[in-house]
Amino acid sequence: MSRVLVGVKRVIDYAVKVRVKPDHSGVVTDGVKHSMNPFCEIAVEEAVKLKEKKLFKEVVAVSCGPAQATETIRTALAMGCDRGIHVEVTGKDYESLGPLQVSKIFAALAKKEEASLVILGKQAIDDDCNQTGQMTAALLDWPQGTFASEVEIEGDKVKVVREIDGGLETIKINMPAVVTADLRLNTPRYATLPNIMKAKKKKIANMKPADLGVDIVSRLEVLRVDEPPTRLAGVKVETVDDLVAKLKESGTI
Amino acid sequence: MANSLRSEVLTLYRNLLHLGREYPKGTDYFRECLKSAFMKNKDVKDPTEIRKLVDQGECVIKELGTLYYLREYRDMKKIYHKRELLSLLNIGRSTD
Repeated sequence: MSRVLVGVKRVIDYAVKVRVKPDHSGVVTDGVKHSMNPFCEIAVEEAVKLKEKKLFKEVVAVSCGPAQATETIRTALAMGCDRGIHVEVTGKDYESLGPLQVSKIFAALAKKEEASLVILGKQAIDDDCNQTGQMTAALLDWPQGTFASEVEIEGDKVKVVREIDGGLETIKINMPAVVTADLRLNTPRYATLPNIMKAKKKKIANMKPADLGVDIVSRLEVLRVDEPPTRLAGVKVETVDDLVAKLKESGTI
Repeated sequence: MANSLRSEVLTLYRNLLHLGREYPKGTDYFRECLKSAFMKNKDVKDPTEIRKLVDQGECVIKELGTLYYLREYRDMKKIYHKRELLSLLNIGRSTD
């Protein structure tokens, strides 16, 4: 007990202009800058803060993917996680890896590592699924506090303030639990060079989904990827009469 | 320069160089500015002066970290909290 599991995902950097492949099978990822998903950064920061408050003894960072996923785990270690687990998924398996498979892996690891808390980003900026946290909680039959903008540990329970449509909702859930981080949960620390150097000593364990007894066959097939339609340029008019005429022309009024 | 101060200056340079990799105006631009800023003070001998300059450098590191965070936060907020922004401008909501 007293262990936090944090999931981190390697995604195309938020500042990069994404381009669709000419064959419309996906987006261009070769040679494109990748970094940790912004919501995962917030999740790591929260886990590390909880450990610094002495509420947990250990923070374990997990990532699923090819060899490059270890870079993302290294960043999490530089931010303060104690050790990492790299679940190796490559090639076609990685291309079809989605929330269902990842949540099965996280659920298996949460049980294996005897985690009291699993913290994830609310969604990844590449697929925007917003499913992994919820699915992980369901697979484990654990309570979930999603879209968390505030997390407080009260004994063996977690108080979560959630960002919802009408405003904020405060819930109290039993541990073990799954929490997903929203934008305002905290301010992630930047991984400076000294911290990155120190993190090199920390261990990253390597394993495959089969080692956890997880089947990662996907039930989904991506048929096509397209860019959003280009926005037409706006038209400027000189007077209100011109505006009315243009609106009549386009059949709007 | 005392040995420990020298190693501090070198560490500072390395840390700033590492941070410069994400600089909005480009890594090369950052490296040029960093190099000229350090070269400008290369003849400073007084340890207290050097200490002051090193502390200034540490402040720049913090500033850069904050700059990078704010950039990311602002972009994420724009994409994921559009409803909030629209409500601030009173657009797209039924009156109730």
